[in-house]
Amino acid sequence: MELHKLTIHEAHELLKKKEISSEELTKALFERIKNVDDKVKAFITLDEERALLVSRNADKKGDFSHPLTGIPAAVKDNICTKDLKTTCSSKILANFVPPYDATVSSKLKTRDVVVLGKTNMDEFAMGSSTENSAFFATRNPWDLERVPGGSSGGSAAAVAADECIFAIGSDTGGSIRQPAGYCGVVGMKPTYGRVSRFGLVAYASSLDQIGPITKDVTDCAIVLNAIAGHDEMDSTSADIPVPDYTESLKPDVRGMKIGIPKEYMGEGIDAEIRDAVMEAARTFEKMGAFFEEISLPHTEYALWAYYIIAPAEASSNLARYDGIRYGVRAKEYDDLIDLYKKTRSEGFGAEVKRRIMLGTYALSSGYYDAYYLKAQKVRTLVKRDFDEAFKKYDFILVPTAPTVAFKIGENTDDPLKMYMNDVCTIPVNMAGLPGISLPCGFSGGMPIGLQLIGKPFDEPTILRAAYAFEQATDFHKNKPGIEVIE
Amino acid sequence: MNYETVIGLEVHVELFTKSKVFCGCSTEFGGDPNTHCCPVCLGMPGVLPVTNKKAVEYAIKAGLALNCEIAEYSKFDRKNYFYPDLPKAYQISQYDLPLAKNGYIEIEVGGKTRRIGITRVHLEEDAGKLVHEEGKGYSLVDLNRTGVPLIEIVSEPDMRSPEEAWLYLNKLKSILQYIEVSDCKMEEGSLRCDVNISIRPEGSDAFGTKIEIKNLGSFKAVRRSLEYEEKRQREVLEDGGSLIQETRRWDEARGITVSMRSKEEAHDYRYFPDPDLVPMVLDRDWIEEIKANLPELPDARKERYMREFGLPAYDAGVITSSRALSDFYEECIVHYHDPKTVSNWVMVEMMGLMNEQGLEVEQIRFKPKQLANMLSMIDKGTISGKIAKEVFRDMFETGKDPETIVREKGLVQISDESELEKIAKKVIDENPKSVQDYKNGKEKALGFLVGQMMKETRGKANPQMVNDILKKLLG
Repeated sequence: MELHKLTIHEAHELLKKKEISSEELTKALFERIKNVDDKVKAFITLDEERALLVSRNADKKGDFSHPLTGIPAAVKDNICTKDLKTTCSSKILANFVPPYDATVSSKLKTRDVVVLGKTNMDEFAMGSSTENSAFFATRNPWDLERVPGGSSGGSAAAVAADECIFAIGSDTGGSIRQPAGYCGVVGMKPTYGRVSRFGLVAYASSLDQIGPITKDVTDCAIVLNAIAGHDEMDSTSADIPVPDYTESLKPDVRGMKIGIPKEYMGEGIDAEIRDAVMEAARTFEKMGAFFEEISLPHTEYALWAYYIIAPAEASSNLARYDGIRYGVRAKEYDDLIDLYKKTRSEGFGAEVKRRIMLGTYALSSGYYDAYYLKAQKVRTLVKRDFDEAFKKYDFILVPTAPTVAFKIGENTDDPLKMYMNDVCTIPVNMAGLPGISLPCGFSGGMPIGLQLIGKPFDEPTILRAAYAFEQATDFHKNKPGIEVIE
Repeated sequence: MNYETVIGLEVHVELFTKSKVFCGCSTEFGGDPNTHCCPVCLGMPGVLPVTNKKAVEYAIKAGLALNCEIAEYSKFDRKNYFYPDLPKAYQISQYDLPLAKNGYIEIEVGGKTRRIGITRVHLEEDAGKLVHEEGKGYSLVDLNRTGVPLIEIVSEPDMRSPEEAWLYLNKLKSILQYIEVSDCKMEEGSLRCDVNISIRPEGSDAFGTKIEIKNLGSFKAVRRSLEYEEKRQREVLEDGGSLIQETRRWDEARGITVSMRSKEEAHDYRYFPDPDLVPMVLDRDWIEEIKANLPELPDARKERYMREFGLPAYDAGVITSSRALSDFYEECIVHYHDPKTVSNWVMVEMMGLMNEQGLEVEQIRFKPKQLANMLSMIDKGTISGKIAKEVFRDMFETGKDPETIVREKGLVQISDESELEKIAKKVIDENPKSVQDYKNGKEKALGFLVGQMMKETRGKANPQMVNDILKKLLG
């Protein structure tokens, strides 16, 4: 049996029946990592010794009633893990070992989830290809010449290459859904406030949200069950009861109304992707749902407003990396100002600097109203578009990204072209809605992502529809042809 | 030309909540460097602030006591700047929607009441401290103070003299102490004050060039720096020069202000709403509850003292200027019948010794009831008013009961007529010249003889009886 290929629910059954141990499973994953990660480069840090200890401990307790107990997982490197390096793929935090756990990390640990290591990402989650990592680029397991998407590229690639059973990512403008789409796995950005942000190293606080990246929809519901919920340490987390998301996993979409916004299906979206989304719509129709074209008129402004709001918040959030208390400090400097300048010039990569400058400019006295305030108004309009649509439709169906995964280096010289990759995912963050991406086809051998967008806190509806789609199709059963070189 | 001075004050006050404003760390003053810190107040990656409701309550309390309107909707903003004592490189503060605004304080100037407007009261977090060591090539950072709740109280430019500014500050401190939101100790930094001062030709409505003064370590420094600056600005204008808008630093040792930076060098703080904190919708019932629980404030208490105790305005003003002093006073008069006598003793003897020794009311060693007992001893004739001063000083130093002091020192007043007559005869025998003078009509000579008797009795003789007996014997 190839243990590394298991889903959570499959592994859980075996663990529960004591047919395998968590230690065996964990060892199988490290074996897999050793075999393929040279090529995929999904992980920044591996935590083998501790992981084995946790797995043995789970075996010793022998209580596998919770579906995540003893399951090996990967965590994006911007989510704090106590006593385990958390770098955000940045030189400036290359040596940072948090003395605390993110709420999500501690929730996983309470269930004896086995954290294998920390995954690569675009520096501080700024990017759509994981090429902005200060350490190395992660590769798409479906084609090693291509990017895995980003910023949670390491997490998505690790799941796609079976280097972990599931992974945790974060999504500010598409950073879970787009790489999940590019890598042919399932990724969800929950409603803003559904999952605690405590311990998630902030990029853009009003948009950031942690979510699962899994091999199928069932696993997505299982992980969401474990990480969702109110947290007193995060004032923006919602004090709303958490339903059992696995109860939504019924292949029944009869009577559901689906809106397909024309703004997501026009120019700039690859024809094969449009076809795949329409084909998916017909699949839903066959199962008894109803779909029609709708309009979300402010969609085209969402991307540009995002590139004001996110950098503005980032410029402030990243100001704390000054070389004074933790992280990396420039070796030589003349005085305080020089210390700041050198530390930050050496510590941050080009994209991070670009966004800090954009955001600083947008918040500057005299420009605030024209940029930041205006962008906030656009954000309200984008949200209103969705509110209107949801009066009539149960969920909205769109592509996850306008193209399939592109070649490494293809977009690195053109930030605007790179930013366009998030055009289908950004409005969802701007409106604070839940969105899930799952595979719905292939184009040139690369997976196509289908995105379902739901009402605030209505993860159950999109999980149910995604589950129904998955049951009706075989796309998720395809595995990348990454071969082990013996 | 005659100039008018225009002064406005920005006062920062640390609220004495038990824990910090956005984390659970202790706010205690002192402590070894960096021991009252956690990942949140250290601004570590990924951590988030959570608002301490008590701090909001204290800020609202202050707003209400300063006659402000309390916002229905308020929020926190980030004030961005780099400095090593500011771990996040932004301060969580309030920009356009402060918790309270449009209030006032009343001060008494030359017998008249002046109303000084309060523009706003907002809540924010304090920064840490840098320790600069002489001759060392580095500075040390202590973040114990980081995240201690502060309120900033901004006045309108309504003050017209350094004296008014000084009175405003004293009144503000008194009010905040009455409502028990801060100890307002300027020397420990729990009250800090920046001032803005400009001058303009008398009768003009336009404001002159505004100068901000920083580094003011005491109320006295505020007053002195304003007096200096008022004079300096007048001289510059009278010499035909012009003023530039700038920030100046008060140099306490030299007694002058020195230019720090001009307006062109001012920061752009890039304020924006803090996305980590949700806006506050302030429940009206909660505000009403806070309002209903406000204690009696100094002005109301002063009026009550005049009305109920018949104290003169001056006495009532002095005693109620500090909550602790006033509470001490009230406890005294529970045990003593004459409020005016108590106010005399408190204002003259007690405050005199407090000033002399630099003590606060809280540090006084005796209880109010002991003072009341001592006053009763005067009434009963056990001690004279003069001896009482000696007893009081001893009580002030040691905290001993007045009865004990009198007994131990043998200070009981001599009111025994035969004993006093014996002493009087001795004094008359020893001072024939004074006796002769007195008999020749020199009234002053009697005073000398009384003094001699007091000397003989080490001040213990009952003064009235001494007078009577001498007059009788000299008949």
